[in-house]
Amino acid sequence: MTTEQPDLENILTAYGRERDNLIPLLQEVQDRFRYLSPEAVQAVADHLELSANDVYGVATFYAQFRFVPPGLHHIKVCEGTACHVRGSDRILESISRATGIAPGQTSSNGQFSLERVACFGSCALAPVVVVDDKVYGRMTAAKTNKLIEDKK
Amino acid sequence: MSFAARQQQAQIVWQRFEQPDRPRILIGSATCGRAAGSLEVMAAFAAELAKQGLTESVDVVEVGCLGMCYAEVLVEIRGRDGKRVLYQSVEPRHVEALVDAQLVRGEVFAPLALAVMNDTDETVPAFTDLPMIQPQVRIVLRNCGIIDPTNIDHYLAQGGYSGMARAFSLGPEQVIEEMKASGLRGRGGAGFPTGVKWGFARSSVADQKYVICNADEGDPGAYMDRSVLEGDPHSVIEGLIIAGYAIGAGRGYMYIRAEYPLAVERVKKAIEQAYECGLLGKNILGTDFSFDIDIRLGAGAFVCGEETALIASIEGKRGTPRPRPPYPSVSGLWGKPTAINNVETLANVPYIILEGGDKFALIGTEKSKGTKVFALTGKVRNSGLVEVPMGITLREIVFDIGGGMLGDKPIKAVQTGGPSGGVIPVDQLDTPVDYENLQKLGSIMGSGGMIVMDESDCIVDIAKFYLGFCVEESCGKCAPCRIGGYQMLNLLNGIAEGAGSLEDLDKLRRVALAMQRASLCALGQTAANPVMSTLRYFEQEYREHIVNRKCRSHKCRSLMTYSIIQDKCKRCRVCVINCPVNAIEGDREKGFFIDVSKCVKCGKCFEVCKFQAIAKE
Ligand SMILES: Cc1cc2nc3c(=O)[nH]c(=O)nc-3n(C[C@H](O)[C@H](O)[C@H](O)COP(=O)(O)O)c2cc1C
Ligand code: FES
Repeated sequence: MTTEQPDLENILTAYGRERDNLIPLLQEVQDRFRYLSPEAVQAVADHLELSANDVYGVATFYAQFRFVPPGLHHIKVCEGTACHVRGSDRILESISRATGIAPGQTSSNGQFSLERVACFGSCALAPVVVVDDKVYGRMTAAKTNKLIEDKK
Repeated sequence: MSFAARQQQAQIVWQRFEQPDRPRILIGSATCGRAAGSLEVMAAFAAELAKQGLTESVDVVEVGCLGMCYAEVLVEIRGRDGKRVLYQSVEPRHVEALVDAQLVRGEVFAPLALAVMNDTDETVPAFTDLPMIQPQVRIVLRNCGIIDPTNIDHYLAQGGYSGMARAFSLGPEQVIEEMKASGLRGRGGAGFPTGVKWGFARSSVADQKYVICNADEGDPGAYMDRSVLEGDPHSVIEGLIIAGYAIGAGRGYMYIRAEYPLAVERVKKAIEQAYECGLLGKNILGTDFSFDIDIRLGAGAFVCGEETALIASIEGKRGTPRPRPPYPSVSGLWGKPTAINNVETLANVPYIILEGGDKFALIGTEKSKGTKVFALTGKVRNSGLVEVPMGITLREIVFDIGGGMLGDKPIKAVQTGGPSGGVIPVDQLDTPVDYENLQKLGSIMGSGGMIVMDESDCIVDIAKFYLGFCVEESCGKCAPCRIGGYQMLNLLNGIAEGAGSLEDLDKLRRVALAMQRASLCALGQTAANPVMSTLRYFEQEYREHIVNRKCRSHKCRSLMTYSIIQDKCKRCRVCVINCPVNAIEGDREKGFFIDVSKCVKCGKCFEVCKFQAIAKE
């Protein structure tokens, strides 16, 4: 983590020490490092004069925060209502099969991680899949397979 | 620069944008446009224009969403003759032909032409005559897809921030009176009158007050707020400033869902522009009113859409709700009086202040004024965002505006109100949509999700879906919601797996009642609504699952088997190759059979068989 440290310092010093900075700070740290390492959580806690427990208490409440590194390609499958009625369960299954991982997991080679999300707000183009922040609409099992193959 | 001078300057920018003889290409690039490939289409236009040497003479601009999301990517091209044609389902491969037709030869490219925006044409209908558009009344979506959302001049030229200026000349009390006269009710779900809420917050005495824009849009299957933030962010910002002025707040927060990165980007940019123009900050427009706006991003918790949980989240805590009263208008953010309003509510505000509450109140029904934006999705042909006057019927929304059912299958039900709402069966489709009527039917207006279902949607599966969502999103603070939801979900899972009993229906009703009465916040109080309303209208379907062990929609996998119809099977082996679990055995001589012990019921064989030789029962 030697390369992380100076960067983390820079992020921290841009924020005041008031408690309401906690979530924005965690968000920025996760944005930069892709997950919240124990060191990062401790550093955030120190900066805001909170206990690490306190910080974990908040961070674990919100689905957005991750405590293990995600895969190189992070795949999110929409499980919202519009996608559900247009067959998102099939999409999720076929992605699971193609990557060999279940939602919440990261593949052992670190290539893929998979997450279920409740709606990206592109419901008219259901079913929707998001890979590395690019939104793909009107998905089919065949299209998802191709997408995964391309990223392999 | 004075506000009047700024407005004039904006007019000049807008006139140039609208100059009829200057060719222009508008590309619908909200998130849904992008998901359909708008950025690739835009790149293709740039390349094609460069090839034709037209880069300098044609403007290419990204705009927000017109609401016709089913037809994305939507592109509007204005040729040299000033005619503006809207094209649908544009892909990069069409771009060459489009440029050649309209920009080089001055002709409409008929195969993709959907409508003419500015005049009529013998072959293509006018935009406002389209069946999807004609019944709509656009107040909230007034600028979406029309202006460049990243250009404040475009917004100013549409009368933007004039509502704010008028508010300053009216004074806070009068602003609240206008809001009361308008009859506007909160669009976030609960439908509380906005003017009354502001009145309470104004009369609470404190050294500091806050206003919050709730852009957490949690209903899974709805995206009205995203579209407004992406397509017309200034209208929401202006609404928030007016709210702040009315109640006497010095600071506002916009709490935006993290899943909406483009909306966040557009709002950030819009706030910066508003500061640059002196529309935010100290002494706005020379008055003694100062106001700042901060953005906060949600972190993936549905319950944070609930106002007290949202406030806890801004304060940097776990987003759990607390009992009300005290209401936020008395004790909200950091214990200070706080008015919290939904995105769509706020987008209505500038219109109301500028045009007058009375004029707004002419639209709608007796107790539900104005319009409502719905995200029309599911098994409907024209999925998209529609803004309709309150009082329109569901049938008009689905069949006139929505163009009817996908594949012309019979409609089964319409779901409104998301996880707190209910399903409305076919025989109630002629009910006029307003807060009271939807509630009478056992659903709610909610934030505007509207999901159309056909016979292939299983009612038990839908109930299970919504309840599963609430169980996952329950914050766990109160027992009725945490435990009750879990128990109900277990019962539903049993029914869907063919292991239910008729007594379970009674149990479901009893637990539902307990959750309704005893949960701490509306998440738990309403979580059982989808189950209750499906039981009310579709009890027969529950009974079929329990008594006959049958799911008529072939959705509940445990109650379903796949088999190969030997007479129809051509022994092509496509199913064998495609089966992900190698459950199809046999050979070309003896025929193929599905091993039910291996089959995971994924439906792949059913999809790939070209001879309809797979039976689903
Ligand atoms: C579980 C739950 C989730 C909610 N989610 C939202 C939401 O995503 N957006 C919203 O505007 N209101 C949401 N609300 C309603 C808010 O609590 C609040 O009533 C609303 O923001 C007030 O604004 P309005 O009066 O303009 O509707 C939610 C309520 C509950 C109980
Ligand atoms: S339900 Fe999938 S994007 Fe909204």
